[in-house]
Amino acid sequence: MSKVFLALQAVEETRAIIEAIKEDNEHAVVEQQPAMTRVTAEGKLVVNAQTVSRYVGRDWDPQEIQLVLISLAGNVDEDYDHFTLYWEN
Amino acid sequence: MSLDIKSVNIKPKRETFGHVARRIGEGKMASRYEEAVLDVQATANFHYRPLANPEFELYDVKKTAIVMEDWYKFMDPRQYHYSSYVIARAKQQEVAEQNFVFVEKRNMLETMPEEVKDLILNYVLPLRHYEWGANMNNLHLCAEGYGAAITSAFMFHAEDRLGIAQYLTRIGLLLSENDAVILSNAKQMWMDNGAWQPLRKAMEDTFVLKDWFELHIAQNVVLDAFIHPLYFNILEQELNSKGGSAQAMMTEFITSWNEECARWIDMTVKVASSESEENKELLNTWCKKYIDIAYLAVMPLAQKVLDNPEESMDEIKDALVTRLNKNGLNL
Repeated sequence: MSKVFLALQAVEETRAIIEAIKEDNEHAVVEQQPAMTRVTAEGKLVVNAQTVSRYVGRDWDPQEIQLVLISLAGNVDEDYDHFTLYWEN
Repeated sequence: MSLDIKSVNIKPKRETFGHVARRIGEGKMASRYEEAVLDVQATANFHYRPLANPEFELYDVKKTAIVMEDWYKFMDPRQYHYSSYVIARAKQQEVAEQNFVFVEKRNMLETMPEEVKDLILNYVLPLRHYEWGANMNNLHLCAEGYGAAITSAFMFHAEDRLGIAQYLTRIGLLLSENDAVILSNAKQMWMDNGAWQPLRKAMEDTFVLKDWFELHIAQNVVLDAFIHPLYFNILEQELNSKGGSAQAMMTEFITSWNEECARWIDMTVKVASSESEENKELLNTWCKKYIDIAYLAVMPLAQKVLDNPEESMDEIKDALVTRLNKNGLNL
């Protein structure tokens, strides 16, 4: 299976997203790089709005991920409650 | 010529301040909120006791009968520190501004029946004095409280109350087309009108409370839980059917603010009551005492403004009791 990845700017808003990813995706590997945080995962990576909301202390909209997003790999499935990356093969 | 830009990865030696790392664990990234709040409270070397209150140190855990092993258990679920608080409120302010513009543009106040206007001017506008009192109380809580987690939240709460008082004033001035005399009239109502006096007394009694956590219970947990649902949920629904829907639009901030703050207030009750049986007993006694006081203090106003005052007040009271019981009390 191929890997999906998500590169986010290393800023305060990212911290909560990363914490949420770690909580919801046990197989995800988080890697700190200069000015960015890179997350790779086998097959699928889910960012749940509910989990992120808990970490930021307010309602978090999955569209907000665009504000800190640098790059990604994988098919995107986005809805009001989640942002998911996956490969269908 | 080709340029080869290399990047060097400099790993920071530490992720956060030592005092924060000792709480959240070494090598973990701290949130701005944690860095803003954790262990900020001064705890030692006060040298002199304040002349105003020499019984206690300048900052003293003994200023309340509530005992906590760690005062940083009161972490705000909203994670308000300066920037997150200001950003959240600025957004709400924009929405509120839009609502005021909408009301003015559509001339919604011209079609508002006179008796609804009178009711708002005489029985809602004087609440600005209540809100100002709540502002003072929360500033006092910020000064007397212990632990930056809870005192910083009190400070934000105090500022919010000033904002609410300003919104109420603005509604009054819109209704009177900027005639400031309505403000003195509203103050007259607050000072002399029979229906307002029990609430004014309850409010002024809270000004002299010695125990700060008791003050928090009286003001933020109990009195507000009567006043705000009565004025900004039940009354407004009744006004809607009487042609006063503009009022609900103009106070939208207060309604949403209430829901937001309930999360924080519930947390304070839950954390304090789950700490020990003694705390729980104390909170039970205080809540019981202030629920009775608030019920009697607010009833005369409910009778003036609501269609079914007794029924509505019982509803409000039941809702508060259920909410408090959910957070560890048994009332």
